[in-house]
Amino acid sequence: MIDRLRPVLALIKGDPQADRAVPPTGFTARLTVFTAGAMAFLAVFALALSFATGRVADRWAEELARTSTLRISAPEGQAAAQLATAITVLETTPGIAEARALTADEQRALLEPWFGPDLPIETLPIPQLIEIIEEGEGYDTTGLRARLQAEVPGAVLDDHTRWRAPLVDAAERLRALGWLVLLLIGAATAAMITLAAQSALSANAQVIRVMRLVGAKDTYIARAFVRRFTVRALIGAAMGVFAALALVLLMPDSEVAGGFLTGLRFRGVEWIWPLLVPLLAAIVAFAATRHAAFRTLREQS
Amino acid sequence: MGASVIELENVAYSYGGTELFSNLSLSLPQGSFHFLTGPSGAGKTTLLKLCYGELHATRGEVRLFDKPAQQMDRDAVASVRRRIGVVHQDCQFLDHLTVTENVALPLKVAGRESEGEGDIGDLLAWVGLSRQSQQTPPQLSGGERQRAALARAVIMSPDVIIADEPTGNVDWDMSQRLLSLLIELNRMGKAVLIATHDLNLIRAAKSQVSSRVLRLKGGQIQQAGADL
Ligand SMILES: Nc1ncnc2c1ncn2[C@@H]1O[C@H](COP(=O)(O)OP(=O)(O)O)[C@@H](O)[C@H]1O
Ligand SMILES: [Mg+2]
Repeated sequence: MIDRLRPVLALIKGDPQADRAVPPTGFTARLTVFTAGAMAFLAVFALALSFATGRVADRWAEELARTSTLRISAPEGQAAAQLATAITVLETTPGIAEARALTADEQRALLEPWFGPDLPIETLPIPQLIEIIEEGEGYDTTGLRARLQAEVPGAVLDDHTRWRAPLVDAAERLRALGWLVLLLIGAATAAMITLAAQSALSANAQVIRVMRLVGAKDTYIARAFVRRFTVRALIGAAMGVFAALALVLLMPDSEVAGGFLTGLRFRGVEWIWPLLVPLLAAIVAFAATRHAAFRTLREQS
Repeated sequence: MGASVIELENVAYSYGGTELFSNLSLSLPQGSFHFLTGPSGAGKTTLLKLCYGELHATRGEVRLFDKPAQQMDRDAVASVRRRIGVVHQDCQFLDHLTVTENVALPLKVAGRESEGEGDIGDLLAWVGLSRQSQQTPPQLSGGERQRAALARAVIMSPDVIIADEPTGNVDWDMSQRLLSLLIELNRMGKAVLIATHDLNLIRAAKSQVSSRVLRLKGGQIQQAGADL
C-alpha cells in the first residue's frame, strides 16, 4: 500500500528540478487547462441534469403511483347517491388509504387554467372527482373496476398507470444518458490529454535523450510530464466547475408545473459530485499522461 | 591494472544494412587510458555507444561492470550511466538551463543533488568555467561547451570517462587543456576512453600518460604501434 502511494506522494511533493529539466510547454499547457476546464463545465451540467431527471423520475414514480382518480358522471338526481356508494366501495377496498371527494373550489381550481376564474361550476354538468390515496402495494385495479361497474355505473377509474409508466421510463433513460455523457466526457478528456502529453513528449525528444544520457530513469522523466499535466487538469477542471456552479446557482430553482421539472441545483450529498470533478479530472490526467509517457519512453529507447 | 570495467567480446554492429564491424573484442581495465582512432565513418562513435549502453550489439557480448548489457533493462542502463561519464560528440545540453544546472543534472536525476552542491563550484573552477556558470549552453564557445560537458561527465565521480572527439572543434591550446584534465582524471584512477582522429593529440598524450591506441579501420581493431 505504501509502495503504491509513493509515486502519488512524490507527485504531490514535486521535484521542481525535474519540472525545470523539461522546458515550459506554453501552448499544450494552455490547451490542457482549457480542455479540462471545458470538460469539467460540461460534466457539472451533465451531473445536474442527471440528478434533476433522477429526481423527476423518482417523484413521478412515487406520487403518481400512490394516487389515482375516480370520475363520476351521473344524471342530476343520482349524483349524490353514486358519490356516497363510490366512497363506501373505495374505503372498503384493500390498498386504499383514503378516498376523498374534491370540493367545488378544488374542482374550479383545476379548471381555472383552461376556463379562467369565476367559472359557475355548479351550473355545469362537471363530473365529480374523487382523489384516491393508496397504501402498501396499492389496490387491485381489475377487481375495483368490476365492483364499481356493478355498484356505481357512472364511475370511471383513472389509475394514471397508462401514461405514468412511459414518463417514468423516459426520465430513467435521461438519467442513464446523463451518466453515459459523463463517461464520454471522461474518455474524451483522457484522449485529449493523452494527445497533448504525447505532443509535449515528442517536442521534448532531445530533452529526454539528454536526461537519459546522464542516467535518468523512465520514472524520473515521466514524472516531470505527469506532474505538469495533472496539475494543469486539476486547475482547469477547478475553474470549469467553479464557472458551472456559478451558472447553476444563477438559474431559477423553482419547480415548474407541479414537479414536472425541478431545479438544476444540487441537493444535499449531491454537492459532493461536482466537487469531485476536479479530482477525477486530475486522476484521469495522471493516468493518461503516465500511460502516454511510459509508452513514448519505451518507443524512444 | 585491475579488472575490466568495459568488455566487448566478438561484437558486431549494424544499423540495418551491412555490418559496421564484426568480431570486435576490447577490454578496458580499471584505471586504463585508451585512444580510439580511425578514419571518419569507421564506427568510433558507434563503438562508444555500445560501451555506454546506448546501443546494443547485434552479435557478441558487451559487459559493463561485469554485467551483460544485452540483458539490461532501461533502468539498469540508467544506473550504469551514472558510473560512466560521457562527453558526447555534440555535447548534448539542455539549452534552457544554466551551465551550473546542466552540470548538476546527473546528480539531480539520481536524486543526489544535495551531495554535490559545494562540488559544482569547484568543478566549474577546475574546468575554468566559473565566470560562465550562469550562462546557458548556446552562449558558450566550442571549447567552453566541451569543458562543461566534461564537468557534467565527472560530477557523479564515475569509474569510466568516455569522450567522443572532445577536441573536435577547439583550438590547439584548448585541446591541450582538455587533455590534461582527462589525464588528471586518469591519475585519480578512472578509466578513460577517448575517440579522436587528432593524431597530434595522441602524440601529445604519449609523454604524459601511459596510453594505448586502438585503431578502428575496415571493421577491425588494431593496436597501433610506435609508427603513429
Ligand atoms: N543512426 C544511424 N543510422 C544509420 N547509420 C548510421 C547511424 N549512425 C551512424 N551511422 C553510420 O555508421 C557509420 C559509422 O558512424 P560513426 O560511428 O559515427 O563513425 P565515426 O564516429 O567513426 O565517424 C557511418 O557510415 C554512419 O553513416
Ligand atoms: Mg564520430
